[in-house]
Formats: sequence, structure tokens, C-alpha cells
Amino acid sequence: MIELRHVSKSYPNGVKGLHNINLTIHPGEFIAVVGLSGAGKSTLLRSINRLHEITDGEILIDGASITKASGKELRTIRRGIGMIFQSFNLVKRTTVLRNVLAGRVGYHSTMRTLFGLFPDHDKELAFRALERVNIVEKAYTRSDELSGGQQQRVAIARVLAQEAKIILADEPVASLDPLTTKQVMDDLKRINQDLGITTLVNLHFIDLARQYATRIIGLRAGEIVFDGPVEEATDDVFNHIYGRPIQQEELLGDLVG
Amino acid sequence: MSAHDMKSAVPSKASSLPRPKPPRKLKAILTGLIVLLLLAGSAIKTESSFSELFTGLPNMLDLIKEMFPPRWSYFDDITGAMLETIRMAIVGTTLGAIFAIPIALLCASNLNTIKWLSYPVRFVLNLIRTIPDLLLAALFVAIFGLGPLPGIFALTIFSLGLIGKLTYEALETIDRGPLEAMTAVGSTPMQRIIYSVVPQIQAHFMSYVLYTFEINVRAAAVLGLVGAGGIGHYYEVTLGFLEYDKTCTIILFTLAIVLFIDWMSTRLREKLL
Repeated sequence: MIELRHVSKSYPNGVKGLHNINLTIHPGEFIAVVGLSGAGKSTLLRSINRLHEITDGEILIDGASITKASGKELRTIRRGIGMIFQSFNLVKRTTVLRNVLAGRVGYHSTMRTLFGLFPDHDKELAFRALERVNIVEKAYTRSDELSGGQQQRVAIARVLAQEAKIILADEPVASLDPLTTKQVMDDLKRINQDLGITTLVNLHFIDLARQYATRIIGLRAGEIVFDGPVEEATDDVFNHIYGRPIQQEELLGDLVG
Repeated sequence: MSAHDMKSAVPSKASSLPRPKPPRKLKAILTGLIVLLLLAGSAIKTESSFSELFTGLPNMLDLIKEMFPPRWSYFDDITGAMLETIRMAIVGTTLGAIFAIPIALLCASNLNTIKWLSYPVRFVLNLIRTIPDLLLAALFVAIFGLGPLPGIFALTIFSLGLIGKLTYEALETIDRGPLEAMTAVGSTPMQRIIYSVVPQIQAHFMSYVLYTFEINVRAAAVLGLVGAGGIGHYYEVTLGFLEYDKTCTIILFTLAIVLFIDWMSTRLREKLL
């Protein structure tokens, strides 16, 4: 369970990133966070695992405050939260397998991971993760030889190997073409359903949000302007979130369905 | 082409805006003048002239005549010293490379955000690179006495300066994404470096080490002039005894070794990047 209590974030120059956000996210939910760019979607997501610091309020992960945690405690909480990025953030010069195994380092001491000697259990987890996203045959390929969609699936495998209970996906399909977008979203949905991993996805395609999410959170200028199940997120609601009618580029189009 | 066609291709009055004037050439002319002035000035001050070069020409020819044929038998005497030179370069480069790693990490502004720590380290690194290696060697000879040890130390410091500088500049251009991903995974700062920085930088680092090794072999060849071991000592001896044919052997030997190491290192670096 993720709880955000009166969370605010203001930047040194006075700009408000987030304003008094209150949210409770239950295990197993698949949430799409939507809003214009600059509405604070990315800030919200990155606050949850503290890649961004908040200036006010508190965030609890399964009852433990990540806001107050530091050192080992913070690392342990982060270990349970996987993150997927728009730019994949793999180490391009190393193999797929090593990138996936990197998801395991939170479980071991610095000394143990220094030489990359992971226990067999970890390797088994890594291979199973790669199998789950259908890319196991690329295990020993260098990551920069993969296409964007394949790299994103490796990033998902890294999160699976991490045995995270929560996945934060920050615009995971923004740099992918429509076909691979569907594959990656399908992977995320399947993992969410099979393993019950709570998933938060920032999306800018409205139809994708509607198709995959169970709950939609709409952000506008750092505030939550909509929070409810997909069925309630009508076109009017989206117009309200965006502060203007939906435009064609906010729809991915036919491939969805 | 008739006047009519011209008119249709280029409208006679496209806009009422004034056209920009071409930039003036004054800057280029002034720069040229200043360069010439500096050149002439330094020539006068150092009392060097082309005529001196020509009057010295017969002396040079005499020297070259005495150098040939080289005394090939001298090889046996200097092989040991040549090997010592290479060993000095290897040890010096390796030590310098090892010390350069923490220094470069401290200097890189994207990895070390503590400014009061990174700026002084950078300053020291810049300072090191202003000291010529021969001066360093002379300094260490004064401290540790004659032999290869002061030479190795001089090369270590020199390598540290060069590899440290090149590596920290490369570090500052790495992709931040993997670092962020490792933070999200719950890694310690050390693990972050091992898993997201090292893979991005290791090929560059190895390339810099090889490049520095190339330079160090050349540098080590003259360190003997100040008593810091290696082949350089034999330059001094043979020149002192006017045995130019032996000097020639040393020069050719050094040339062959340096060329060989340069060639190997270049090949290796091509493979790396």
C-alpha cells in the first residue's frame, strides 16, 4: 500500500511541482497517471521512491515512511519499488543478463557485488524474468544491440528480478512505436495481473490509459483533479484534466483494442 | 536567360528590410599582425636566426657522419637498460592509473556534488600537470637517490595527472539514466559506481591508460638524463665520450621500441572503442 499525505513539492525558484496531494494506492491496482506535460506526473512518480525529494508531507510504503528513511532503511524500501523509465536506462555497453542482475544488487552487500558474483538463485530469477518478457534468447547480447521495445522489456525484466512489489513506470512507451507500445503495455498488464504487482504508469495517450488501467489519476498544475475508476473517466473528465478538449495527438489510435 | 526570367526567379523587392553589411575583415588582419609580431619578437629576444641555422648546418652534417654506421654491437650493453625503461613505464602508468580512479571520481561534478571537495582536488590535478616530468624526476632523484625508483615515481605522478584529467572529463559525459536506475533499485553509492559508471567508462579508461603508457615510454627514455634510471643514462654517457655511433644505436633502438609500442597501443585502442 502506498499512502501520500499532504505531499507538496516546490522548487527553489518558487514553482510548485506538487500541491497537497493525498492518495492511497492499494496492492494490485493498475493506475494510469494522466495530465499535460508539466502537470507533475513525473514528479509524483519520482517522489514515491524518492528520486525527487518532496518539500512537505509524508509518503508511506506499506506503513513505513520513505520520507523519513535514510541509509539502509531507504535502500530496503527502494528495493521493493521497481522503476521503468522513458529512456530505458540500461547500461548499454553490458549484456542484457548483467543489466537484469543489476536489479539484485539491493539484496547483497557492496563487497559481494563488487565482482559481479551473483548466487545461482539470482541468475535463476534473472532468467525467469527474461522468459516472462519473452526475450531470454538475448541474455548474452549487448544491450545497445537491442531495439527500443526490446530494451524496455529488459528494463521490465530488471524490475521483475528485483522482486519489487510496486512498479513505477515513467512514460514507459513515450519513445516507442505503436506496435512495441502495445507489447510493453501488455507485459506490464500481465505482470500486474499474474503477480499482483501494484503498478503506476504515467501516460500521455488517453486511450492507452483507458484500456490498461483500473484507476485513473488526473493531474493538473500539481493538483489531483480526478481520481476514480476507468469507467468514470469520460471524455468530459479528460477535458477537465487537460483544461481543454482532447486533441488527436493524445490518442494512440487504432492499434489499441 | 532573359530579363523577364530573372524577374520571376528573384523578385526585385522581396522585403523592405535593410540587408546586413558583410562583417569587417579587420579582426582577421589584426590577428595575423599580432601573430607575426609575436614570432618576430621571440626570435629577436632568443637571438635565433635562420642564418645561424645555415652556418650550423656543416656541424650537423659532421655529427650525422660520425653517427653512421651505428655500432650494432652496442645493443647487448643497452638491452637491459631498455627493458628497464619499459618496466618503469609499465609500473609508473599502472600506479598512476590506480591512483587516478578515486581522484577522477572526486573531480567529476556529476558524481561528487560536494563542491568544497571537488574544486581543490581539481586544482591539485591541474597543478600536477603543469610540472614537466623531467623536473619531477629530478626532484625525486634528490629525495630517493639515483636509480629507476625516482623515475617510476615521476611517471606515476605524471600519469595520475593525465589519466585523472581525461577520465574525469569522460565521467562528466556519461549517461545519467543508469545511475538513476541503480538508485531506484536500492543500491549503495559504491554499487551505483560499479554497476552504472564503470561499464560506461572502462573502455575509455583503458584507452587513456594505453595512451599514457605510450607517452611514458617516450618520457622514460630521457629520464635517465637526470639520473632517474632507464636508457636515458646511456645517452649522457655516450654523448659525453663523443661516441656518436653508440648514441645512434640507442636512438634507433628507442625509435624501434617506441614505434612498436605506439602501434600496438593504437591497435588495442581501436579495438576498445
